[in-house]
Amino acid sequence: MTAQDTKERLLDVKGLTVEIDGRRGPAVVVDGIDLHVTKGETLGVVGESGCGKSLTMLSLMRLLPNKIKVTSGSADFDGQDLQKMSARALRKVRGGEIGFVFQDPMTSLNPVMRVGDQICEPLLYHRGMSRQDARKRAVELLRLVGIPGPEERLNAYPHELSGGMRQRVMIAIGLACDPKLLIADEPTTALDVTIQAQIVDLVKQLRSKLGMSVVWITHDLALIAGLADRVVVLYAGTVVEDAPVDALFANPSHPYTRGLLASIPTLSDAPAARLSSIGGTPPEPGRRPPGCPFAPRCPLAMDICRRDVPKLEPISSEGSHRAACFAVQKALKAA
Amino acid sequence: MNVEPLLKVENLVKHFHVRLGAFGERTATVHALDDVSLDIQQGETLSLVGESGCGKSTTGFTILNLHRASGGRVIYKGQDLTLLDDKRMRPFRRDLQIVFQDPYSTLNPRMTVGEAIGEPMLFHKLAAKTELDDKIATLLQDVGLPSRFASRYPHELSGGQRQRVVIARALACQPKFIVCDEAISALDVSIQAQIINLLLDLQEKYGLTYLFIAHDLAVVRHISTRVGVMYLGRLAELAPRDALFETPLHPYTKALLSAVPEADPLRERNRKRQILEGDVPSPLDPPSGCRFHTRCPIAADVCTKIVPEWKAARPGHLVACHAVNPSSA
Repeated sequence: MTAQDTKERLLDVKGLTVEIDGRRGPAVVVDGIDLHVTKGETLGVVGESGCGKSLTMLSLMRLLPNKIKVTSGSADFDGQDLQKMSARALRKVRGGEIGFVFQDPMTSLNPVMRVGDQICEPLLYHRGMSRQDARKRAVELLRLVGIPGPEERLNAYPHELSGGMRQRVMIAIGLACDPKLLIADEPTTALDVTIQAQIVDLVKQLRSKLGMSVVWITHDLALIAGLADRVVVLYAGTVVEDAPVDALFANPSHPYTRGLLASIPTLSDAPAARLSSIGGTPPEPGRRPPGCPFAPRCPLAMDICRRDVPKLEPISSEGSHRAACFAVQKALKAA
Repeated sequence: MNVEPLLKVENLVKHFHVRLGAFGERTATVHALDDVSLDIQQGETLSLVGESGCGKSTTGFTILNLHRASGGRVIYKGQDLTLLDDKRMRPFRRDLQIVFQDPYSTLNPRMTVGEAIGEPMLFHKLAAKTELDDKIATLLQDVGLPSRFASRYPHELSGGQRQRVVIARALACQPKFIVCDEAISALDVSIQAQIINLLLDLQEKYGLTYLFIAHDLAVVRHISTRVGVMYLGRLAELAPRDALFETPLHPYTKALLSAVPEADPLRERNRKRQILEGDVPSPLDPPSGCRFHTRCPIAADVCTKIVPEWKAARPGHLVACHAVNPSSA
């Protein structure tokens, strides 16, 4: 990696480890994750439930609930370590330089506060705007996210809006302060496909207009194909593959990624009799096997996989495509 | 089709009456299902797709008489199910089963897996107490679980395993017809594929007929014989799978298909996507005429006034749209 690469990085997470204080002692849920987002890039973070994708992003902002804590690692954002920053400085980053959109707008919006006030809140706090200016900006934001009749909508309560509208309000709040980075955690999972298409289209437009970076967390590989520049695949709290989007879909390397891609039926494929599926289930946190976490379900597992944890290593000549798999690395050496 | 269908749904209507206002002083009618007619053939998988609130689940519930129909008929074995009270419905329940979306809330947390699967067999007197354990073991095997799971409780199982138990419970009374109401939607991708395969295997083995209710079009394409598309309580289009996916006729079907993302970055980048404006209108006050006209890119004057007729545009390909002309299709 050249110095240039590092310089362009807006967010650089190194060795992030998150633990839950469970009844059976601490359980590692995020296990030494490395990931980065460069300026203007959209990073897709893909994984199944419990793989730690949401916790990783919450821990970056130090928004973890009690009993869950970061035990090691750093997260550089624009030259500052988010993990070491004072609570006060961090508040300036949250909702200011980093915007958030959560999965469920019904529980993330305040039900007894008008949406206009909720959009104005970050503007008043971060930008020190006057109420009047903030309201003007809120109207602009609602128009930007495609809500018809924004002036009247400012006075609506969340329950008066449809699911798609609420999610747009969430996005408007996330974008309020022109963030450098927008973190979207399954923002379309609760929505219908036609509304999802609207939201994805909107985020794409805004990204090119505002030049921000986006981290889009999802379990939907098909969705990420049309949205991300680069994709990180998580499994059981570890990064198993990190690749430019085209490389990931054209040439998936990690057996887990390959299994995932093979198990989703697609609209363009001729319908096959049976889907290929990955046997077994992901390990629960705290009950991870030694060695590679995917080894018990892996068709290529060797002895070393059950003993040692594979490191994320480059598998393409220019180094942008990386996978954490002994079998892949072995095949690469043999070739 | 000259073969007698397993189940015939004729002009099914379901309206819910709701109270609105802080004190319930206003009443309104939710038009959940209006004039839905379809035949379900023996051994097929008929899928219903559409966005939330389009009435696809209500269709499944009303067919099984879990919701009382407000109008129309459901004919099974020569009997109109909508006329039956709970008691007279009971013998039919054996044949007609349902698998719900959420395997967490449909299993009683205080019943072991074995008890949950055994209950319907005892209720319908399909097994003597002495042979119950063997039958439970066989069912567990059918759904790919080891027989020792019979003594486990739901909380000890993963989501995929629970959904297998729910399927085993539905199979326990040797049904003919199973409504799968978003049966795989709550599962992770890698588990989803396992359950889809299981459903296909069981269908082959027992000659089951499925009404598969889902919103994931890629999955629907994979498993269906025929597909029905619903919008705001009405059927928009119903056709054999390939016809529906390759030559959709209704503008809503076209928009819906165009909104589905594909796991192929190159195709995605070059794809011309038709994005529907706005949201689905409220079923409390559905639009006049064709219910899709408020969002339809080709809506004409007639669409706002007259409900389009449910007609065959091609043999076996039914559609409700003024713009679709049988001769030109």
